[in-house]
Amino acid sequence: MSIGGFLLRRLGLGALAILGVSILTFWFLHLVPGDPVDHLAGGDAPPGVRLKIEHCMGLDRPPIRQFLTFLGHVVDGTLGNQCRNGDPSGPTVADRVLEVMPNTLWLALCGMLVAVVLALPLGVVAAIRRGTWVDTLATTLSLSGISIPQMMFAPLLILWGFITLGWFPGPTEVGPLAIVLPAIGVGTHLMAMLARMTRSSMVEVLGDDYVRTARAKGLAERRVLFVHALRNALLPVITVAGLQFGSLLSGAIIIENVFSRPGLGATLVDAIKERNYPVVQGAVLVIAAIYVLVNMAVDLAYGLADPRIRRA
Amino acid sequence: MKLSPSAWVGFVMLAVYVIVGVLGPIIAPYDLARTHVELAHQFEASSAAHWLGTDASGRDTLSQLLWGARSALELSAIVVAISSVIGLGLGTIAGWFGGWVDELVMRLVDILMAFPGILLNIAIVATVAHPGVGLTIGALCANGWVGYARVARGQVLALRERDYVTAAVALGASNRRVMRRHLIPNLMGPAMVQMSFGLGAVIIVEASLSFLGIGPQVDYTWGAMLDQARNFLWNTSWVRVYAVVPGLAITWVVLGANLLGDGLRDRLDPRQRGKR
Repeated sequence: MSIGGFLLRRLGLGALAILGVSILTFWFLHLVPGDPVDHLAGGDAPPGVRLKIEHCMGLDRPPIRQFLTFLGHVVDGTLGNQCRNGDPSGPTVADRVLEVMPNTLWLALCGMLVAVVLALPLGVVAAIRRGTWVDTLATTLSLSGISIPQMMFAPLLILWGFITLGWFPGPTEVGPLAIVLPAIGVGTHLMAMLARMTRSSMVEVLGDDYVRTARAKGLAERRVLFVHALRNALLPVITVAGLQFGSLLSGAIIIENVFSRPGLGATLVDAIKERNYPVVQGAVLVIAAIYVLVNMAVDLAYGLADPRIRRA
Repeated sequence: MKLSPSAWVGFVMLAVYVIVGVLGPIIAPYDLARTHVELAHQFEASSAAHWLGTDASGRDTLSQLLWGARSALELSAIVVAISSVIGLGLGTIAGWFGGWVDELVMRLVDILMAFPGILLNIAIVATVAHPGVGLTIGALCANGWVGYARVARGQVLALRERDYVTAAVALGASNRRVMRRHLIPNLMGPAMVQMSFGLGAVIIVEASLSFLGIGPQVDYTWGAMLDQARNFLWNTSWVRVYAVVPGLAITWVVLGANLLGDGLRDRLDPRQRGKR
């Protein structure tokens, strides 16, 4: 299949998946007992305010119309109104998403950086010293990265970096250093999968003919490892990293929660809790779209980088 | 079965988890249902009466840990059982019949995969103010089956080309018989790998929900303990034990599940075997 055809099919399937997620969310929100107006207005709000919010959310119209209205707001890019006090000209859902997006993006980037910096040496060392205690140690270290729950690790980071040492800002504080602890929290978790991928990919590549050729040519071992082997071994690692980045953009919920960082994930969780239909619907759409697009970009980049895959 | 040492370590870790989960409430030094809140005993250090100290309400930490093991075990066992049955069933059917059935199941898988799992779990659980165990189980199963379905489908696509399957079909075996006698028994290996990893994932997600305050409303869960602990980090040093112990329990189970899963996978995939 040509690249264009492949792209079109993936885009179509992706759009289908996003539409599916949206319909599921919509259906689900309407299944849920509990009045969204109660949550937004408060139980003892005057009837006028309640009516305004109800009208703003479109709850006074039939469900099909509501969904079509939502689709319309997807097209015009506002994703609908937040309807905080029933003011139809108030801030839109898109405003809210754009407001928190830089935080999420920054955390994802820094977390990814920590993960890569930790994972590459661990994986490479484990692959070179395969079967020795170094391998066991490195593998165990990376495995514990996924096994230690962030619910324990993140508070301990605060305890260590903020309370005991006092080197880093605590939750809700801002400043250039405020990203350090959350990034470590996110990074150590991602590190595990990357390190394992690096190790197995490196092991595979080290057994390949061109590595033997490079050694036979008498190249320095360091050059063989880092120029010949690692560069080729990195392909699948980049794929995994890309996929992880996609899920990071949808929010590291636990880390955002512990460090009180406003992000996309935290916004969605809050919106779900307060039953703010428009915000839930909009945030879900954005997250699903990011997910689908990043997955597609990763597939595509992989195909471009490795001609063997394109042909297959 | 010949397994690597690390897989055995994982197996033993999970066995300990199951035993502690079954016996937990029985061997717990205190009956938590009967203990009262005693603020005077808040965050006590380790003592003969309270081996791991006490929590913010003066209740025994060790007992909470053991009760937490019971609720984690119940929940994880049920979720893994339900999701694997649904997933393996759907995946086998999709892979065997192909065509529109396959298309339907795989599009559903696509939709569920187009979205981070835990957010879906949160969305479902948040539908009611006080989620019960049943709702939490439902939420975790809602997307938990996807992994099993993919594994089963992939296996069935390979198995259907095998001679013994072709032979069974040629002999006039019904679809049901082929699936039950020939397909499902032969995909149990990869399914067990998935179950092992799935168990670890369920434990983490359940604890995350409890940590966010939307977990199952049962008496004690490890996630809820961690949630309580983080509010008292500034307190005395013995709070820190309370903040760490449930986390270590979670680590124990997840590490065990991952070690066992890795070992089983290496055992099943001969290409990977030499590389360990």
